[in-house]
Amino acid sequence: MTATVHAPRRPRTRLPGWLRHSLVLARRSLVKTRRNPGPVINGVVTPALFLVIFLSLFGRPVAGSTAGYMQYLLPGVLVMGAGLAGMVSTGTSINLDLKNGVTDRFRSLPISRLAPLLGSVLADIVRYLLAVAVLFGIGVAFGFRVHGGPVAACAAAGLAVLFGFCLSWVTVFVGVLVRDANAVLALGFFAFLPLQLGTSFAAPVDTLPGWLRAWAGVNPVTHVMDACRALLNGTPPGDAGTTALIWCAALFLVFCPLAVRAYARRQ
Amino acid sequence: MSEHGFEAEDLAKRFGRTAALDGVDLAVARGRVLGLLGPNGAGKTTMIRILATLLRPDRGRARVAGFDVVRRPAQVRERIALSGQHTSVDEELTGLANLVMIGQLLDLPRRHAVRRAGELLARFGLEDAATRPVAGYSGGMRRRLDLAASLVGRPEVLFLDEPSVGLDPGKREELWQMIRGLAADGVTVLLTTQYLEEADALADAITVIDHGRVIAAGTPADLKRQVGGHTIAVRLDDPADTEPAAAIMAAVAGRAPERSTRHELVVPVAGAGELFEVTARFRDRAIGVTELSLRLPGLDEVFRALTGSSAPSSTGPVSGPALAPAPDPTTDPATATDPATDSAKATR
Repeated sequence: MTATVHAPRRPRTRLPGWLRHSLVLARRSLVKTRRNPGPVINGVVTPALFLVIFLSLFGRPVAGSTAGYMQYLLPGVLVMGAGLAGMVSTGTSINLDLKNGVTDRFRSLPISRLAPLLGSVLADIVRYLLAVAVLFGIGVAFGFRVHGGPVAACAAAGLAVLFGFCLSWVTVFVGVLVRDANAVLALGFFAFLPLQLGTSFAAPVDTLPGWLRAWAGVNPVTHVMDACRALLNGTPPGDAGTTALIWCAALFLVFCPLAVRAYARRQ
Repeated sequence: MSEHGFEAEDLAKRFGRTAALDGVDLAVARGRVLGLLGPNGAGKTTMIRILATLLRPDRGRARVAGFDVVRRPAQVRERIALSGQHTSVDEELTGLANLVMIGQLLDLPRRHAVRRAGELLARFGLEDAATRPVAGYSGGMRRRLDLAASLVGRPEVLFLDEPSVGLDPGKREELWQMIRGLAADGVTVLLTTQYLEEADALADAITVIDHGRVIAAGTPADLKRQVGGHTIAVRLDDPADTEPAAAIMAAVAGRAPERSTRHELVVPVAGAGELFEVTARFRDRAIGVTELSLRLPGLDEVFRALTGSSAPSSTGPVSGPALAPAPDPTTDPATATDPATDSAKATR
């Protein structure tokens, strides 16, 4: 009935539209990363510094030797690397986009409201993978040994990245809601200490003082770190693995719809 | 199929206590250009954002290309494009990458998207800058790229929000040519502007809004007739000539000229004939001038003529054929004092 003047649309791939459009926008985000690699470098350097500092400070007191402590510490550093990239950069870049006219352009295009957000988060997966790979390389160079085999090692890396992906929807939601990019950054840094360090990162939960033990016990990051540590050290992840996966699913299922809704309604 | 490119009925939108739109009716036939004229804060950007499905109206209905903007936003988005006063291209990408990305988001296969981007870059004279990041573009180049980005999907309806803001006169004329070309291709255009000159140069019909209400609507000819068409502005060599010069202008134009602070005499006239008469009489009396121009009225004069309220010392509304009058042509005192501007609302 309506005379459309559009060019013929012949999508080459069979992917659903929302995913295809998300991938186009992820590519945009990666091109921008290549021009401005600061956040990615920061996402690697910060956890690497924590690795070096904790290793030299607590290696002997906690584990008796630096080598032994490395086996304990590195899995937590990997999770920190993935989580940090998700916590800081994604929300900030989405927030900056929203201030720019380019968001009006995206929102007036016939694409899913999910696509601009998912595109940004998908591009970040490449950043987490990079962070995890570099940190893992540093660990191995300084004596870390995988006892769980290559499959378990991949599973551990996969869990760290999955957690980073799911956690980043919280920052995406904040990034869409908040007006000021600095506020998003500040919130990320504010949440960093309790979320990443109030865990089994440096020492097992049952050796922590009471108040910290209570918090670390409920902190999802603890479970993800415990599960990764188990996988890399060749022991079954058990309850920690299950709890970690449930947390991932919960974060994603709650915050992804919230973020998309806020994005669609933002005026 | 609706014969209207877009139509709005009784649209209203509030931001907090400010009524950005307060019952606006708007319509234009397919393939025509509607100029939406008004000062900052009149509600122009809000209007565009509602029609482009970026904002939901509080009240009223709007259809674009035959589809309701609230109930069928996806269908509307397939047929529209938006080019704003704030350029909506990605600064960090190259011009080419911006256009290819939009083509791909519109489901063009990559090869087609690249070809379409090349066509548009050529059409807008940006081939040489195609592979440079937009951050290094000049204002005029950005505006052209932004317009090109809007045309990737061959929209049926194009929304242009103050497209010539920040462009120098030469670039503005260039942009106008491009907009005329689009209209000639059958695209329906909604153009917001603060300049009657721009609306006159491009629009088939003009709607004037102020404080969220329509205060006049009609063809550019109607509007110019109502606000006195052209204006003669004269600046004299010797201020001592002011009295005789003013007397001549009053005799020719049929009303006393206004005297601005910079010793300028300004009087509305029907057309160029009066200008020739004034110059002839100045020559006869040997009155020298530094500046002498015939120009379209500015927004101030338009508003003074339409509302008779913004300049108490003026002669009030000019007599002439009435345009389709708005229900309440006077400005609302409740909103008149609100300093909020369009751009402030847009970021809310």
